[in-house]
Amino acid sequence: MSIATDIATPAVASKFDVARIRKDFPILHTKVHGKPLVYLDNAATSQKPQSVIDALARYYKEQNSNVHRGVHFLSGFATEAYEETRKKITRYINAASEREVIFVRGTTEGVNLVAQSFGKKFIGKGDEAVISALEHHSNIVPWQMVCDERGATLRVAPINDDGEIIVEEYAKLLNAKTKIVAFAHVSNALGTVNPVKEMIALAHDHGIPVLIDGAQALPHMRVDMQDLDCDFYTFSSHKMFGPTGVGVLYGKEKLLNAMPPYQGGGDMIRSVTFEKTTYNDLPYKFEAGTPNIADVVGFGAAIDYLNNLDFPAIESYEHDLLAYATEVLTSNKRVRIIGTSKHKAGVISFVVDGVHAHDVGTIVDSEGIAVRTGHHCAMPVMERFKVAATARASFAFYNTKEEVDALARGINKVIEVFG
Amino acid sequence: MSELKTLYQEMILDHNKNPRNFRAMEDADRSVEGYNPLCGDHYTVYMKMDGEMVKDISFTGAGCAISKASASVMSAMVKGKTRAQAEKLFEQFHQLVTGEVGGENHIEELGKLAAFSGVSEFPARVKCAILAWHTMKSALEAKAETVTTE
Ligand SMILES: Cc1ncc(COP(=O)(O)O)c(C=O)c1O
Repeated sequence: MSIATDIATPAVASKFDVARIRKDFPILHTKVHGKPLVYLDNAATSQKPQSVIDALARYYKEQNSNVHRGVHFLSGFATEAYEETRKKITRYINAASEREVIFVRGTTEGVNLVAQSFGKKFIGKGDEAVISALEHHSNIVPWQMVCDERGATLRVAPINDDGEIIVEEYAKLLNAKTKIVAFAHVSNALGTVNPVKEMIALAHDHGIPVLIDGAQALPHMRVDMQDLDCDFYTFSSHKMFGPTGVGVLYGKEKLLNAMPPYQGGGDMIRSVTFEKTTYNDLPYKFEAGTPNIADVVGFGAAIDYLNNLDFPAIESYEHDLLAYATEVLTSNKRVRIIGTSKHKAGVISFVVDGVHAHDVGTIVDSEGIAVRTGHHCAMPVMERFKVAATARASFAFYNTKEEVDALARGINKVIEVFG
Repeated sequence: MSELKTLYQEMILDHNKNPRNFRAMEDADRSVEGYNPLCGDHYTVYMKMDGEMVKDISFTGAGCAISKASASVMSAMVKGKTRAQAEKLFEQFHQLVTGEVGGENHIEELGKLAAFSGVSEFPARVKCAILAWHTMKSALEAKAETVTTE
């Protein structure tokens, strides 16, 4: 489901050269505690290729200016660079128009924007919003807030013991009172890839708009807005090899036009008098104030980088890496993996029997291995699986089987220390 | 590995495995919950005062080895002490794990607490070590709310 990958050679013929890819990421060649860094915390944030780092530096050295506001040369230049990224993203996700691509701070702000703006207009007393039991806090709390404000009810579609949304139960929650559905494309805590297309279609059968939290999907796969037919889709640059502080909210033009602005200020207006303000057109209506220009430009460089990759080859490489890691970790009898869906992206949440995740994290860190430990901003998921915390190894296409082996040795060390 | 060994000393591993005073207290005259939302460490400290003296202290809950061992050692050390002595121990422990401790002599004074001297090398773990102590301090002051070290 992509528009750009068809330029590449057929997937079978392509061979993914991880050693070459790793050269693009300077941080992967640094050391931690005197050991080579093994970075397995990609679901929290990914590392950045040199081209993104260079784009940021170049922007501040040669292009810095405010956008949409000046007649002078640099202002035009910055505006063009900023809007160029919007064009790239429009093509990258196959949105129908640039008006549907709104720059936000990240996934969190994307969800909040929709919850507040859409909610103000379309969610009322007695209405319902539906999410799932595997959501990140950023796709729970904004809905709780708007439901509280509007006197609406939040319904939660359950997950099974493999960490998969139970689609039949989800379908039962949809009714005439449901005003919005929101769920993750890929779970950050479990790695589950949800059957988004099917779930979107089920909501659309009732005429209900759907928001997809794509934070964990974009780093692993190409997505196509028109093919998915979702109404909103939101993601963060920093998880897909771009800078922090910027993300995208995609929304269907018709819906975005019907929604009130999220924040007021400069750029989002057409004219202001004390009696009446008229709002700007999309996408500017939702971009109040000076945006994060430099990081948007850097994000553009990340999109260029991704466009040069062979995604079918990456997907099959990551699939193999995940299968290998799953096999290696489960061969250790003390390790239990939480999140065992058949459809997973490169995330392995695990617990080591008798050892708290935090202790696992500290001990493997002493070997230079970065994993995340805790509840992964998904406390309801931890509750569902009756664990206080897990350790999580999350992979990007630059990770290797050798790094998985290093993690396995790290876990052995944990067991050595704790007995 | 040597730094790691100073963190996970035998005594810490032992107190983690066999925590002392690890039980609920039916007739406590105060109990306070301590919670570290970052890692989910969660303890309740129970206390029974006799005038100015900590007559009995116990705890329940779950968390990482550092937090549990710390709670266990804390309970063993505070039991039978006066409020002022317990507060002094809190201060000493706090200084120790945040790396503010003075010369060698000072460390020797700390007795069992010295096992936690390695924690200061692991800034991310200081909160784990200090959780039960903060909770104990609140119990001394009979503050009923949940304490967090986030
Ligand atoms: C599934 C999911 N949703 C939302 C977010 C929030 O993204 P951000 O912190 O970039 O706004 C994250 C990342 O932590 C995530 O993994």
